[in-house]
Amino acid sequence: MEIPYTVQARPDTGIYNAKLGIWLFLASEVMLFGGLFSAYILLRVGADQWPHGWLSVPLGTLNTVILAISAITTLLAWAACKVGEFGKFKFFHACTLLCALTFLCVKMYEYHDKWIHYEIKLADGTFADGHLVEKSADFDLAKKTGTVTLHGRIVNDETLLYDLRAQKDIKQDEVTVKAADIVSMENYGPWHNTYLALYFTLTGLHALHILGGSIVIGYLWGPGRKMWKTDPERFTNRIEVSGLFWHFVDLVWIFLFPVLYLT
Amino acid sequence: MDATVQQFPPYRKEDAPHAHDDHGHEHHQPGFWSGYVFSTDHKIIGIQYGFTALCFMLFGLFLMLLMRWQIAHPGMPVPVFGPLLEKILGQPAAKGIISPDLYNSFGAMHGTIMVFLGIVPLAFAAFGNYVVPLMIGAVDMAFPRVNMASYQAYFLGGLVMFISFFIPGGAAQAGWTSYSPLATSIPTHGQLFWIIGMVLLISSSLLGAVNFIATIIQLRAPGMTWLRMPFFVWAQFVTAFILLLAFPPLEAAAIMQLMDNVAHTSFFLPTGLAIGGQLAHISGGGSPLLWQHLFWFLGHPEVYVLILPAMGIVTEIIANNTRKPIWGYKSLVYAVLAVGFLSFIVWAHHMYLTGMGTKISTFFQATTMIISIPSVIILTCLFISLWGGSIRFNTPMLFALAFLPMFGIGGLTGLPLGFNISDVHLHDTYYIIAHFHYVVAPGTIFALFAGIYYWFPKMTGRRMNEFWGRVHFWCSLIFMNLVFMPMFAQGMAGMLRRMADGGANYSAAVNARGGAEVIGGLSDNIMALHVWILWAAVALGIAQIPFIINVFWSIKHGEKVGDNPWHSTTLEWQTPTPPPHGNFTHEIKVYRGPYEYSVPGHATDFTPQNEPPSGSPAPTIATAH
Repeated sequence: MEIPYTVQARPDTGIYNAKLGIWLFLASEVMLFGGLFSAYILLRVGADQWPHGWLSVPLGTLNTVILAISAITTLLAWAACKVGEFGKFKFFHACTLLCALTFLCVKMYEYHDKWIHYEIKLADGTFADGHLVEKSADFDLAKKTGTVTLHGRIVNDETLLYDLRAQKDIKQDEVTVKAADIVSMENYGPWHNTYLALYFTLTGLHALHILGGSIVIGYLWGPGRKMWKTDPERFTNRIEVSGLFWHFVDLVWIFLFPVLYLT
Repeated sequence: MDATVQQFPPYRKEDAPHAHDDHGHEHHQPGFWSGYVFSTDHKIIGIQYGFTALCFMLFGLFLMLLMRWQIAHPGMPVPVFGPLLEKILGQPAAKGIISPDLYNSFGAMHGTIMVFLGIVPLAFAAFGNYVVPLMIGAVDMAFPRVNMASYQAYFLGGLVMFISFFIPGGAAQAGWTSYSPLATSIPTHGQLFWIIGMVLLISSSLLGAVNFIATIIQLRAPGMTWLRMPFFVWAQFVTAFILLLAFPPLEAAAIMQLMDNVAHTSFFLPTGLAIGGQLAHISGGGSPLLWQHLFWFLGHPEVYVLILPAMGIVTEIIANNTRKPIWGYKSLVYAVLAVGFLSFIVWAHHMYLTGMGTKISTFFQATTMIISIPSVIILTCLFISLWGGSIRFNTPMLFALAFLPMFGIGGLTGLPLGFNISDVHLHDTYYIIAHFHYVVAPGTIFALFAGIYYWFPKMTGRRMNEFWGRVHFWCSLIFMNLVFMPMFAQGMAGMLRRMADGGANYSAAVNARGGAEVIGGLSDNIMALHVWILWAAVALGIAQIPFIINVFWSIKHGEKVGDNPWHSTTLEWQTPTPPPHGNFTHEIKVYRGPYEYSVPGHATDFTPQNEPPSGSPAPTIATAH
């Protein structure tokens, strides 16, 4: 038994099975991210205040460029398969894989940067805000012992922490506060506010897609490339189908970047 | 050790008999595990889906009976099963009495199990898998391994849901709709299991939907044009699109609720939320309405996922048993496409009472009224198809015929709910329980029974027992109505759903004794209906026993029949029974529409779709068995 149109296109539909399958899958992905983006719109419209300038635009731009390059190399890899130049395919697909991993590394760095970023509410009504430098050995928030040192600043008004883009030349210094003076202390995780919840959920789900795509691309570049020798046409189709998924993942980032970094 | 031993590795069963099975030899017999558990054959996967779904439906029915006991006799120990419940579930079922928490959890899981683990897998995945590739003349689904994965994801999701009953605190308690912030505030892990189970079930549906659409578009046999497809295939095609596009927003919502649960975000938790009198330690800023929008964006199309395959099954059976073409085949096709499209823009009629605004309510009221038009077209076509037919009243036909008025009652009682004025009174009462159960229980489930009786001979080569089939039908029909009809009256009298004591606190009798101050309490007659419904429900449960015995008995002892016992025109009957791996023993070519019954001048009263037109030379491939 053989399933028809796994490699050749069906004449009246002009498409082979897997390509139709991936387009349908991408349609469902559009609805998945569409649901999340509509949540973003609804929550942002209803929010009292919305942070600006919390993420590094240069790093975001870097990641955008990396993904754009990977989109080009994916296309070139497929084109190389089409004209039968397997050596070029290996090179271009290695580039794609490298771009994907670089993207994830940059993303991890950005997550870590938020993870060690603390906002501390002090007993005198001011706020200490900055990146963790060190906690003293005896630091214990519950027992009110020890100190914590941040690289950042102290502000009187919490709203100043929201719009960083409007403030020029923010002075950052080492700030040490005593645990005894701390009312509450929280890092910039998804629990901190709605913006960060959306940031971590949206980019986290996107990063999972990058990871999934990397595994598929890595497989086709590594053990999966054996198929080139036995069934080059089907292998080329696989590169096309995985490439379509990759382009979709890139496209999602093109939406995420302005929505989270620039506005 | 000599060298000859090392050259021959130990004998493994899977090595020997079919070392070259990628060459398409169909004669080898796969073993039990590869043949029945990890099979990629669409027919086996269909049967796997069907069997699992029927087991879950029986479980869902059992939960419902326990709940009905608690409603009719609040605070009394459950007879027969009480001690067993206490032994398994412990404190929540102390002394065999169902506590309110346990009642909530049974209610939530009854809905979840019936919708996501029972009817959708049975109607869409089981019948779709078994029948659709055969009907369009395909050798299998387009992606057989994806098909297997989708069953496994479904099974795993079901397992997670089932296990959640036995964790400390029990299963999810926030209703099958899992409204936030309630769902996030309950301090047990049931909801977490529910979300994880749902993500697995959604993934399963997505894989299934992609597979069905690709199969129907790509693998139709030569000559099987779009308007020669049986209506059942059309119904499955539209259903697959609904699943593909409506489920992902719920997946997005489930991810966000998971974040609320695990990472303490506030997607659905508003500022100032107090839980148990304490201000919750959350960042706030979330929107409970957002959950409802995302949930019902799936939830309403889901209703059509439940009903469209049922309509498809009924259409096939009515055409077959009236021995005449379906009246208005094209109208049916266009109507089902219209229903599929419109089903995406009616969701907020579930939310009239949320305060989302009258303008939005008006919009969704209008679309809700519009979607009733194609639904009525479908039902009307089926009714008119009966006109002038020489009807054969066999068991599948009885169930299919009962579907029409039962679904009709369900549909028409939906109109007062679609208008936002009358919905204000009826919302969240027993009226709506009666309404959607008429659509799904005597509606869809009857169509599914019809399908099981109809296609059973194709799966096994034997017919199910006709006498016990009729006993099953008449008892189910009578008791189904006795269960749900009184609920309309209860709902209109103002009895709210989801009350563990069945509204006893609001009864006029309790008021008279100085209970809660409620204006216009529920009368004794309305309250007494609970007992009536309880025993009707028990009888409905007992009425399923002949069916269960009939299925297993008929596999071995049913009346033996040929390849086409119902004298049907569609392709699944034009192949040996049960169909072999690869489905057809000869190449299939389609020459005509799906319902050519009683064609004047033809020797038999049915003309199979693959029968060449008379006058043309008989093609050699069609006879090469």
